[in-house]
Amino acid sequence: MISPSVLLLLGWMLVPLCMTLYFSTLRYNLIVPSDNPFVGWENYYWFVTDPSFKAAMFNTLLLVGGVLCITVVGGILFALLLDQPMWGQGLIRIMVISPFFVMPTVSGLVWKNMFMNPVNGIFGHVAQALNLAPVEFFSQIPLLSIILIVSWQWLPFATLILLTALQSLDRDQLEAAEMDGAKSLSRFIYIMIPHLARAITVVILIQTIFLLSIFAEILVTTNGGPGVATTNLTYLIYVSSLLQFDVGMGSAGGVIAIILANIVAIFLMRLIGKNLDA
Amino acid sequence: MGQIHLKNVSKDFGNVTVIPPLDLDIENGEFVVFVGPSGCGKSTLLRLIAGLEDVSGGQVLIDSNDVTSLPPAKRRLAMVFQSYALYPHMSVRKNIAFPLKMAKIPPDEQNQRVEDAARILNLTDYLERRPGQLSGGQRQRVAIGRAIVREPGAFLFDEPLSNLDAALRVGMRLEIAELHQRLNTTMIYVTHDQVEAMTMADKIVVLQNGMIEQVGTPLELYRTPSNRFVAGFIGSPRMNFIIGEEATRHNAECIGIRPEHIEVVKSDGAWQGIVGVSEHLGSDTFFQVNVLGFADTLTVRAGGEVDLKYGDTINLTPNLNNLHRFDRQGQRIS
Repeated sequence: MISPSVLLLLGWMLVPLCMTLYFSTLRYNLIVPSDNPFVGWENYYWFVTDPSFKAAMFNTLLLVGGVLCITVVGGILFALLLDQPMWGQGLIRIMVISPFFVMPTVSGLVWKNMFMNPVNGIFGHVAQALNLAPVEFFSQIPLLSIILIVSWQWLPFATLILLTALQSLDRDQLEAAEMDGAKSLSRFIYIMIPHLARAITVVILIQTIFLLSIFAEILVTTNGGPGVATTNLTYLIYVSSLLQFDVGMGSAGGVIAIILANIVAIFLMRLIGKNLDA
Repeated sequence: MGQIHLKNVSKDFGNVTVIPPLDLDIENGEFVVFVGPSGCGKSTLLRLIAGLEDVSGGQVLIDSNDVTSLPPAKRRLAMVFQSYALYPHMSVRKNIAFPLKMAKIPPDEQNQRVEDAARILNLTDYLERRPGQLSGGQRQRVAIGRAIVREPGAFLFDEPLSNLDAALRVGMRLEIAELHQRLNTTMIYVTHDQVEAMTMADKIVVLQNGMIEQVGTPLELYRTPSNRFVAGFIGSPRMNFIIGEEATRHNAECIGIRPEHIEVVKSDGAWQGIVGVSEHLGSDTFFQVNVLGFADTLTVRAGGEVDLKYGDTINLTPNLNNLHRFDRQGQRIS
């Protein structure tokens, strides 16, 4: 028997999903009032053949991949560092984790105005002090700037998960490896990394799902520009539906995003399933 | 190959002295057991020898070379941990081969040596399994296998049997003793179980509060314990200690007599007492006896078939040749 809560959850999920599927097959633009005729795959066709779609897919991939690389590698390094006994350990750990509590819009604005602004930002001041030309982050390296901001936000999450995993590593194993003649790099490669593999998989899975839908950081910093340099799939859907008022096109983009996210999810679930079996 | 000398070795953790300076000589091929109650510093001493802890003072010599400042890997010692410390993500083969891989030994020879070790330890059928798929005794053997492939100068065992059940423990005890006979390599074995110490050791080192109380063969410790602590620790059930008038009669502060050295006689015993609780083991029976005039009950060993009931009055005669006398400081009076 299906309990009422399952029905409620199913409805919660299915109603918007079906609405989106339905809208994606209509010619439905709010600026052009008409009787919203059924057009089949037309919205999908125009969405996919739009030159900015290709760029958006590419940017999404770069954004997700870049942030994953930085957070996983950085997270492992931070976890190793925080695992060392040091003075003020508790306070330092809280401070390292705190960026995760800053909401995306705020952190986007803080980075835009206080760090990356070529005139007022800290990086600009440092560059001037060194007699260098300040980098104009959002016009010269826009996507990299977004990747840096998002990485800063997600690094604490990766660090936290990996630190916990590292702390669950049996000290005896490290000592046994030391007795067996493993130098610190070998101990890291042969003992720590395999031990962290599961935690790394979890970090990648969870982060990918959230990183596919990065939006606020882009909206408050670059607005997807210059041109389409920082437009990802989420932002493209926003442009279609809320800037061009094309509900049909936006819905078609949404459906594509759903399919994409599910492909990633299936891959990662299989990966994690394999990892958990062993 | 495998002589270990400790000279004035001491260890402090902050302000706490865990091991005051001590000397110890371990000869090549000896099976030495460190035994003592929990927290007596026996594991710390082993870790000092292994190099996993740095000494606070003194020198560790292996084969007359000062290794005090050498890292563990350079001391040519192999250690078996209480938790086995197997690498869970590697197969048994890779676990055993790990020290060889670290020593950059060619793969063919690695394989050869792993197969040899596996044959000695009956692990050949399990080489491709992960540690998680093995039983406790098998894991223990993998840990030993990982130690023997390196052909170390000495083996260090840190309470290796305490995670096993009683039956398996007896079996592994024999296997380790067998291994020692076969390899003839120095072994240092840490345990809190005096039975393990008595059955396996060539030489027992009894420790208390980081200090060596006595060093000797199992029978030396059994026959002539140098103080009350050793007397009480070695032997099972433990020695009876008698203080007061009876001790004064023997010119001592305290006298000790083992349960097996007290005879139950029909009449005219030195002591008279009332039988309390008894433990029938089949081969032996141990009685608690309340002897008139003694503060504590005595444990007395009798044959397995002896017919004594709770509340019976019995006569006891101690074997005076096996009576141990101790002075006010607890030291043996000879």
